[in-house]
Amino acid sequence: MPTVKIPPVLRSETGGEAEVAAAGASVGEVLRSLVAAHPGTERQLFSGEGELNRYVNVYLNDEDVRVLDGVETSVAESDTVVILPAMAGGA
Amino acid sequence: MATTAEPIDVIKTKIEQLDVAEAQRELGAGAEPVLLDVREPHEFAEAHLEGATLVPPAEIGDRIAELVPDRAQRVVLYCRVGNRSARAAYELQGAGYENVASVAGGIEAWQELGLPVVAPEGMSRDQRMRYSRHTLLPEVGVEGQLKLLNAKVLLVGAGGLGSPSALYLAAAGIGTLGLVDDDDVEESNLQRQVIHSTERVGTPKTESARIAIEGLNPDVDVVEHRMRLDSSNVIELLRDYDVIVDGADNFPTRYLLNDASVRLRKPVVSASILGFEGQISSFMPYEGPCYRCLYPVPPPAELAPSCGAAGVLGVMAGVMGLLQANEVVKLVIGIGEPLIGRLLIYDSLGTRFTELKVRRDPECPICGPDAAEIPESELGKFPDYDAFCAGAPLG
Repeated sequence: MPTVKIPPVLRSETGGEAEVAAAGASVGEVLRSLVAAHPGTERQLFSGEGELNRYVNVYLNDEDVRVLDGVETSVAESDTVVILPAMAGGA
Repeated sequence: MATTAEPIDVIKTKIEQLDVAEAQRELGAGAEPVLLDVREPHEFAEAHLEGATLVPPAEIGDRIAELVPDRAQRVVLYCRVGNRSARAAYELQGAGYENVASVAGGIEAWQELGLPVVAPEGMSRDQRMRYSRHTLLPEVGVEGQLKLLNAKVLLVGAGGLGSPSALYLAAAGIGTLGLVDDDDVEESNLQRQVIHSTERVGTPKTESARIAIEGLNPDVDVVEHRMRLDSSNVIELLRDYDVIVDGADNFPTRYLLNDASVRLRKPVVSASILGFEGQISSFMPYEGPCYRCLYPVPPPAELAPSCGAAGVLGVMAGVMGLLQANEVVKLVIGIGEPLIGRLLIYDSLGTRFTELKVRRDPECPICGPDAAEIPESELGKFPDYDAFCAGAPLG
């Protein structure tokens, strides 16, 4: 099953887990599986219209899904989906 | 030929060693010996004794007959501290050279006595000593050190990230370090902001940092910019600098810094930290992506808490700040592979680095092909970043 890397800001919604296994053949399906298992992540990943929020960067392994096929990008069993939020802290 | 596998202290008892004063007398006398520098070319380039011929240790056996055909000729050898030259002297003795000596303490001892050397222009004797561990590196050398000494680096934020990077950039001899910060040192800063000190709580951060830097390296010209970066001052501020280090604590400043640096084509080494995680990338305008290519819009406040609200491991500031300093040094000297088009994430709890690719966004409003050329008169005009980042935290 593909693995989703959970950023620190979402870990309160995954019971502290930094990595979650989530089924799916596409990036969108994998993220929907994550949301099904951890409903608290939905509001932060998806807009009210069900679109992936623009401020959430998603990578398949090391590649931004925006340069692949977005949420339609195919995912293999051994792949890792990385959720990356911007951080501004420097002080 | 004698073996040189014997311990160096044994070898030194079997050869003639000259101390620096003796060597100086002999080299200044009428019947001059052949003087051989048995170090590597980059060490020779940094500084050598007048009249010396460079012969790296590995080449002595092959070249000595050509350099010194007469085995009765007086030969004086030196290296950095006197070990390589002792071995070489022993080797020559074994090859039949009758009158060979090694300078004990080498060129370091020679320079410590303030005796003259042949050195390239641009660095003082003190600087050659101070930066010798840099100039010994072939990738840096005297040329690279001179680039550092002539570089102007602007640190945005003299806090968690700015503290360690400022200290190491100062130690590295960055000629001009500009510091932008409008805060005073607070007690809660000292868990990670190592450039400040307990006794300087209440002092403006730029002043506190200047005191620390001047104590570390008088070569550095510290320029205090005790202000908050905004649309009205960013262009003038950035103009004078070669590389920008983004250690800001809020999104409006990060977007403003990006947009201004793209307009001015200045590289930005950007890092951020929160909790046990850090991110870093280098943005080189038009060569690689910019901050907006990576993050087109800022996240809402709930997805981007500040260190002040959520906490940060103090060591994280050190790790990420020093990765920034490392990038700056590479960019200034022009060596290695900068983090252009790559985002490095550090997870300190797992001690894991993850690298992600960052592409230029063809629709980027700032550096994309449709981003209009901005006339000089419009350079300082920016959108309202606070509105753009509304909902994102300010510190």
